Amino acid sequence: MKVEYRVYLGIGIFVLIVTVVYFFWAKEYGGAMMLFGTAGLGLLPALYLGWWKRRMDPRPEDVEEATVAENRGAVGAFPDHTIFPFVLGIGAFLTALSLVFGAWTAVIGLALIVFAATSATLESRRGGTV
Amino acid sequence: MTIAEERSELAHEPEAGGQHGPTGIYKWLTSTDHKVIGKNYMYTSLVFLMIAGAMAMIIRAQLVQPDGHIVSQQMYNELFTIHGSMMLYLFAGPFAFGGFANFILPLQIGAPDMAFPRLNALSYWLYLTGGTTMLMGFFVNGGAAAFGWVSYAPLSSYTNSPGPGPDLWIVAIILTGFSGIFTAVNLVTTAFYLRAPGMTMFRMPIFTWNMVVTGILILIAFPILTAAMVMLYADRHLGTHFFTVAGGGSPVMWQNLFWFFGHPEVYILALPYFGIASEIFPVFAKKPIFGYKGLVFATLAIAGLSTGVWAHHMYTTGTVLLPFFAALSLLIAVPTGIKVFTWIGTLWGGNLQFRVPLLFALGFLVTFTMGGFSGVMLASPPFDFAVHDTYFVVAHFHQVLAGTAIFAGFAGFYYWYPKLTGRMMREGLGKLQFWIAFIAFNMTFIPQYLAGLRGMPRRIPVYLVSDHVTFLNQVSSVGAFLTGFSFLIWLLNVWISWRRPIPAGDNPWDGHTLEWATSSPPPHHNFTSLPPIRSQRPVWDKNHPEYADYTTDHDGTPKKEVEPQ
Amino acid sequence: MKKLNFRTETQAGRSGRRLALVRPGWRIPLALGGAALALSACNVTDFGMHTGATTQGHDIFSLYQTFIYMVIVVAVVTFGGLLYVLVRFGRRKGDQVPRQRHSNVKIEILYTVIPALIVGAIFYMSVGTENKVDAISPNPNLNLTITAFQWGWRFTYPNGVSIVSQGENYPQMVLPEGETTKVKLVSKDVVHGFYVAAFDFSRYALPGFTNYFDLTPNKLGTFVGRCSQLCGLYHAEMLFSVRVVTPAQFNAWLSSQGKGATA
Repeated sequence: MKVEYRVYLGIGIFVLIVTVVYFFWAKEYGGAMMLFGTAGLGLLPALYLGWWKRRMDPRPEDVEEATVAENRGAVGAFPDHTIFPFVLGIGAFLTALSLVFGAWTAVIGLALIVFAATSATLESRRGGTV
Repeated sequence: MTIAEERSELAHEPEAGGQHGPTGIYKWLTSTDHKVIGKNYMYTSLVFLMIAGAMAMIIRAQLVQPDGHIVSQQMYNELFTIHGSMMLYLFAGPFAFGGFANFILPLQIGAPDMAFPRLNALSYWLYLTGGTTMLMGFFVNGGAAAFGWVSYAPLSSYTNSPGPGPDLWIVAIILTGFSGIFTAVNLVTTAFYLRAPGMTMFRMPIFTWNMVVTGILILIAFPILTAAMVMLYADRHLGTHFFTVAGGGSPVMWQNLFWFFGHPEVYILALPYFGIASEIFPVFAKKPIFGYKGLVFATLAIAGLSTGVWAHHMYTTGTVLLPFFAALSLLIAVPTGIKVFTWIGTLWGGNLQFRVPLLFALGFLVTFTMGGFSGVMLASPPFDFAVHDTYFVVAHFHQVLAGTAIFAGFAGFYYWYPKLTGRMMREGLGKLQFWIAFIAFNMTFIPQYLAGLRGMPRRIPVYLVSDHVTFLNQVSSVGAFLTGFSFLIWLLNVWISWRRPIPAGDNPWDGHTLEWATSSPPPHHNFTSLPPIRSQRPVWDKNHPEYADYTTDHDGTPKKEVEPQ
Repeated sequence: MKKLNFRTETQAGRSGRRLALVRPGWRIPLALGGAALALSACNVTDFGMHTGATTQGHDIFSLYQTFIYMVIVVAVVTFGGLLYVLVRFGRRKGDQVPRQRHSNVKIEILYTVIPALIVGAIFYMSVGTENKVDAISPNPNLNLTITAFQWGWRFTYPNGVSIVSQGENYPQMVLPEGETTKVKLVSKDVVHGFYVAAFDFSRYALPGFTNYFDLTPNKLGTFVGRCSQLCGLYHAEMLFSVRVVTPAQFNAWLSSQGKGATA
C-alpha cells in the first residue's frame, strides 16, 4: 500500500504547491479554486490509502518474494453474466435524453434505473452470480 | 476487518477454459467479463473512428478548392465539431482506456477480472449510448452541434446555437464522461487491489502504470467537464447566467473550466498510447525497458504538471498569467523528452525485430516527436499569438493526438490481436498499411503547419486564393484520402484473419509480461496458473532463465550470488 | 452566402509563390517536395512565416526563427540517434538475446537535465519577447477601437470616423507606418479572434472584457485580417483588410473621411 499511498500523496502535495503559487502570483480565484479542488482529489485518496497502510500487514502483492500460493482462496466475487448493467445503462440513457426531448423519456428511464438497481443489489445479496 | 480478509471472503473459483455461460447476442448484452467488455469497447471505438474519419474526408474534400461547395457552411461546422468530439471523446480515449486497458490491464497484473465487473459493463453501455446520442444530432431539426468541440460560450448559448442538436451533444458528453469516470475508478482499484502475489507496484508493466496514472487524471478532469456541461445546459434552458455577460457571468470562465478538463484530457488520451509503445519497444528489441523508474516518474510528473497548464489554450484571451502557464507548459516537455529518450535507449543495443507492431510504434515515435517540437514552440506565449487558432495548431495536435492514437493504437492492435482472438494478422498487409499510413499521415499534416504559418485559420470551409494555401491544402487532402485508404487495408487484414485464421499460440512475440503467460484468447477468469513474479518481466524470466532479470545487474552483467529460481 | 472576392492587393513584396502553376498531373508526385518548394520560393530563413509587418510581429518572428534553429539541432540529435539505432541494431541476428541493460543513471540524468536547460532557455526568451509584444505605450500616436460582431468589424478612430462592414464589402483599417497605435478590442456578441497574419499577431475579442494592445506597423502595404476564433455560421467570411500608409497620408485620409462618413 505504500507506493499507492505515495503516488496519490505526491500528486496532492504537488498540486497544493501549484495552487499556492498560482493563488499568490496570478490572483485569479477561479483557477485557484479548481487547483485547490484538484489537490483535494489527490490528498483524499492518499488519506484513505495511508490510513489502511498503517493498519494492515503488507499484502502478498506488496511483497517482492511472495509466491502465488500465498494468495490462497479466491481473490473476490466476480459476477459472470447479468443483464442489469445493460438495463441500468439504457435507463440512464433515456433519463439523460429527457434533457433534450422532454420529461416523458425520463419516466421510462427512471423506472428502468430503479428496477435495475434493485435487482442488481438483490442479485449481489443472493451471492453474486446469476 | 482488513481489506486482506475481505478479499478472500467469497469463494468463486476460476474455471479452466472452454465455453462459459450464454452465447451470441445475449452474451454480448450480459457479459461482465473484462475481456468481452474490452473487445466491445475496442470494436465500438474503431467504428466511431471510421465514422469520424469519414467526416474528416468530407472536410478535406471541401478544402481542396478555395471556395469548395461539397457541403454547406452550416454542415461544415457540424462536421468538424462532431469529428473532433468523436475522435477525442469516443475514439482516442475509449479505445485506450476502455478497450486496451480493460482487456490487458487485469491480464498484466495477474488478476481474474476488473475490480467492479458490473460497473465495467455499465460504463460500456453509457459509452455506447453516449456515442449514439452524439450522432443523433445529425438527424434532429437544426442539425448537430456546430460550435467546435470546445463549445466556447457564448457561441454555445441558446441564442447563438438554438435547437436540440447542441443539447444532444451536451447529453452525449455527460454520458461518456460518466462512462470514463466509472472506467477510471475500475482501473485504479484493479491495479491497487487485484495484483498477483509478488507483483509489486514497481514491477507493474509500464502500460499498467500509465493506465493507473490515466485513471487518476480522468478522476481529476472528467468531473469538471461534467460540471461545466451541466452549467452550460442550465444556461441554455434554466435561465442561469454562468457564462452570459448580460447576467453578470463570464464567458472566459467557460474557457477556464473547459481547459482545466481539456489539458489533462490531452494526456488522458496520450498516456495510454505511451504505455502501449513502452510495451512494444522492449519486446521487439528483446531487452527490458531502459530506465523503468525514470519512465514511471516521468509519467507521474506529466500527470502532476498537466493540472497546471490549462490556460496555455487561452494565451490570446489576454486574461491569463502568461509566465506561469508558459513555465509549467514548457516543463512538461522534460518528462515527455525523458520518455522519447527512454524509448530510443530501449532500442539501443537491442536485437530489433521489425515486425508490424514495432513499425507502427516507430511511426508513433516519429510523428509524436515532431508534434512535440511544435508543441514546445506553442508553449511560448508570443509565438502562440502568431499562430493561435490557425492550421499550425491543427497540425500540431493532429500529430501528437491523432498520430499517437492511430500509430500507437494500431501498434497495440497488431501486438495484442493474437491475445484478443488467438489469430495472427498478415505481416505483409500490415507493413503495407503502415507505410501508406505513415507517408500519407505526414503528407496530411506537415503542409498544414505551413498553411497555418501563412495565416489560414482553423474551422473555415472557404479561404482566399491570395492566401497562397491552395496547393498546401490539396497536398494535405490527398494525404488525408490516402490515410483513409490505409484503413481499408487494415479492414481487409482483419477480414482475412477472420476468414482464414493463422493460429497464434500463447506467446507469438516472445512477450515479457503476464498476459503472454495465459492462452490466446485467455480462459474465463484469465489464468489457470501463474509463473513466479520476480521482476518486471515474469514471462521473459520463465522463458529465458539464463537471462532472467533477477540474475543480472542493472547494466546486464550477471549477478554472482543469485541462484536461478 | 457572401462572395469571397477580396479586392485588395495583398502582401506587398511577397509575390513569386506561384505554386498553382504546377501542372495538375505533377501535383501528387511533387507533394512531398512541395513543402521545400514553397519555402524556397520566399526567403529560406523565414521558415514559412511572415516576417512581421509590425515591430511587435517582427519580434515574434525573430523568436520563431530562433526556435526553428533550436528545433533543427534537437531534431538532428533525436532523429539522427533514432536512425543510427535502427540501422546499427536492425541487422537480423535471429533469436540472439542482446545484453539485458536496465538502466544507466548517468545517461538518464543527462537526458533530463539537457531538455530542462533547453526549455529554460526557451522560457527566458519567451518572457523577454512577451514583455516587448505586450507592452502598452502610455502615450500612443493613435487610439483605435475595434469592435467585433457576428460577422464583421467596426474600426472607430478618435475623431469619430468609423469604418464598418457593409454587405459584401469588407472593412479596411488604415494605420500609420512607424507610429504606435493603441488598440482597444471588444466584442459585441460571441468570442472572436482579431488576427492579421502579416502582423504575426492575434488576440481574442471577448464579450465583457476589454483587451488592449499596441501595433507599430513598419511596412507599407495592404494585408488580410480575419477572425480566427470560430464565431458561428459565417466565421470564414469575417474578413477585413489593413492598409498601412505613411503618417502624412494617414492624416490626409482621416480628415477626408469626415465625421461618421461611413458609419
